[in-house]
Amino acid sequence: MTETAIRKSTHENSVREASKAEGVTTRKAGSIETYREEFARLPVGPEWLQSLRKQGIARFEGLGFPTTKNEDWHFTSVAPIAERSFRLSTVSESNGDNERRGAARRKGDVTNPAGITPSLLDRFQFGERDWHTLVFTNGGFAEDLSSFAALGDSVRVSSLAQAIKSGSEVVERYLGKIARFDQHAFTALNTGFISDGAFVELRPKAIVDRPIHLLFVSDGDGVSHPRNLIVAGLHSQAVFVESYVSLRDGEYFTNAVTEMVLGDGAHIDHYKIQRESETAFHVGTVQAREGRDSQLHSFSFATGGSLARTNIYTSLDGDAATCTLNGLYLTDGTQHIDNQTSIEHIAPNCPSHEVYKGVLDGRSHGVFNGKVYVHPEAQKTDGKQSNNNLLLSPTARVDTKPQLEIFADDVKCTHGATVGRLDEVAMFYLNSRGIGRDAARTLLTYAFAADVLETIELEPLRRELEKMVLARFSA
Amino acid sequence: MLVINDLHAGIGDREILRGITLRVNAGEVHAVMGPNGSGKSTLAQVLAGNPSYEVTGGSVMYNGQNLLELDPEVRAQNGIFLAFQYPVEIPGVSNAYFLRSAYNEIRKANGQEEVDPLEFLDLVEDRLKLVDMDQSMLSRSVNQGFSGGEKKRNEIFQMAVLQPRLAILDETDSGLDIDALRIVAQGVNKLRSPDNATIVVTHYQRLLNYIVPDFVHVLANGRIVKSGGKELALELEEKGYDWIQSSTPAAAGAVA
Repeated sequence: MTETAIRKSTHENSVREASKAEGVTTRKAGSIETYREEFARLPVGPEWLQSLRKQGIARFEGLGFPTTKNEDWHFTSVAPIAERSFRLSTVSESNGDNERRGAARRKGDVTNPAGITPSLLDRFQFGERDWHTLVFTNGGFAEDLSSFAALGDSVRVSSLAQAIKSGSEVVERYLGKIARFDQHAFTALNTGFISDGAFVELRPKAIVDRPIHLLFVSDGDGVSHPRNLIVAGLHSQAVFVESYVSLRDGEYFTNAVTEMVLGDGAHIDHYKIQRESETAFHVGTVQAREGRDSQLHSFSFATGGSLARTNIYTSLDGDAATCTLNGLYLTDGTQHIDNQTSIEHIAPNCPSHEVYKGVLDGRSHGVFNGKVYVHPEAQKTDGKQSNNNLLLSPTARVDTKPQLEIFADDVKCTHGATVGRLDEVAMFYLNSRGIGRDAARTLLTYAFAADVLETIELEPLRRELEKMVLARFSA
Repeated sequence: MLVINDLHAGIGDREILRGITLRVNAGEVHAVMGPNGSGKSTLAQVLAGNPSYEVTGGSVMYNGQNLLELDPEVRAQNGIFLAFQYPVEIPGVSNAYFLRSAYNEIRKANGQEEVDPLEFLDLVEDRLKLVDMDQSMLSRSVNQGFSGGEKKRNEIFQMAVLQPRLAILDETDSGLDIDALRIVAQGVNKLRSPDNATIVVTHYQRLLNYIVPDFVHVLANGRIVKSGGKELALELEEKGYDWIQSSTPAAAGAVA
């Protein structure tokens, strides 16, 4: 009892105190120490995984949390994460709840250990009940809430935990090989705690008919380290939606990493939807390697969290591989949302297109850092990048840093960034047609954001995001 | 309908309108002409309520109400419409959505029920024909990628849908070829009625061959220096604005 109590974070403590369940608490200063302790409590995995985890945690301890002196974190202080001592969410959830689960099953009431019923998840499913859906609660796979039957022989979908348990060779081959953690503390930390997430393997020419939705639901105050691995074989094709949501306000921390391998000619659409609780912390990295003629279309929507960072990294390894990285971030209140992208042009003849837009209100702070590296061999690169921001209040702030580094001599690369306010001329035009200031502001703001939402090809998702954006900016 | 009395207005410290007095009754068409910088566009913008301009003196009564106290959207809801000299592009907002919002806001303000998208489509169909525009323009973003002529026709189309009581056309003819000009003028003429009034602001006489005014006013240095019938426009075209400007002091005295 005492030991558990000491481990509580301050927020958790205040909640507990209110319910008078537990009394004594102490706030620990060094959360790295907490992670080390939690690491020691992890159930031991197969040897190769243990070795990978150890490298991860060791690298994390070596790097420590990044400070604003680190160029990649110049505009984002992670102190609120570093100062808190988060406990692993999954460990407490997965232990000793079998009885409750069993009882619930017997009653015919489908639920999972966290007490989540399918109907609670309806609002996160974009009105689509027939997508292949893998639900994770506090980082752990929730089989009862998931449905992904009938995917055929050429597609393998399971939880990562299951894939590891069954000794998947593909997992062992790729896990930890795509997402580099030598310089990325949060990826190193995630690697130290690899336990669960989604594993999808598309065999050559496999085509998945419907989107695969990886839905991560948080419901507490701990930390989870979801780890996803997507291996897409030659000429395979699939659409992924990776969502992060919460059922109630919590000061939890999600530290997710998704690794993707695109074989030659593979075509992957990846939508990352970050709608965490507004008091939560989120660091999410999506890292891909693309083979010859492959296509990656990524869209990142970020609107949740008090402090959130999304990294979308891809490496164009094979000739004529393409990527589009688009995104929209909406911030309000005192939110801080940081978006970092990196495109490595390694092979020649690769086009990369990127459009990120931000709408910032209140006293919020948005950050965009888009890097494009063109390696010496990457001739005939065609890179376009833009970042446009709309400030809705005088106290909102944005830092934008498009970064181009070109080491090849026959390339076409453009980039640009804008920061602006609502156009007063357009405002007057709308007013002069009978549309009042509030409605005009909604309309203009929506129009600014809708422009990039239009690039979403997955129609139900686009529709829902448009609705969400419109509702958000309606006075 | 509209009574402007000794109106002074400008931007910042610069006074542009220096005492405009004008009365417009229902059923009338008034042309306001004048050289560049005479204040004709400012007059149009001030009547529509552009917040960039500051009114420093005088009064404007519209159907018994103090117009200057009303926000631009309230003026529109009360039947004032300004066809812009430079229509604004709004990327990401379709013409249909924009115009339906405007239409419904005006209806709401007048205690009428809003219309749904399908009803609205029915309603605008023949108005589109009036300005010779295709229905596909409805799904395009407001004025984005429109040619100069399309933009002006879109202004008249909006006017046809919103059916204002007082329409102010700010240099709607400028930059139009003769075919486009005819279409625009035809649209305006179709909408004339004994219950509404039009103020046509223009630099040239040409438009007034198609939209025949009841009165012509000549603006110079922020004042109306001469008023008359439609013949005045022809005389002005023939003699040029220098004629008016050289006779300004006398004319100004006559008006005062």
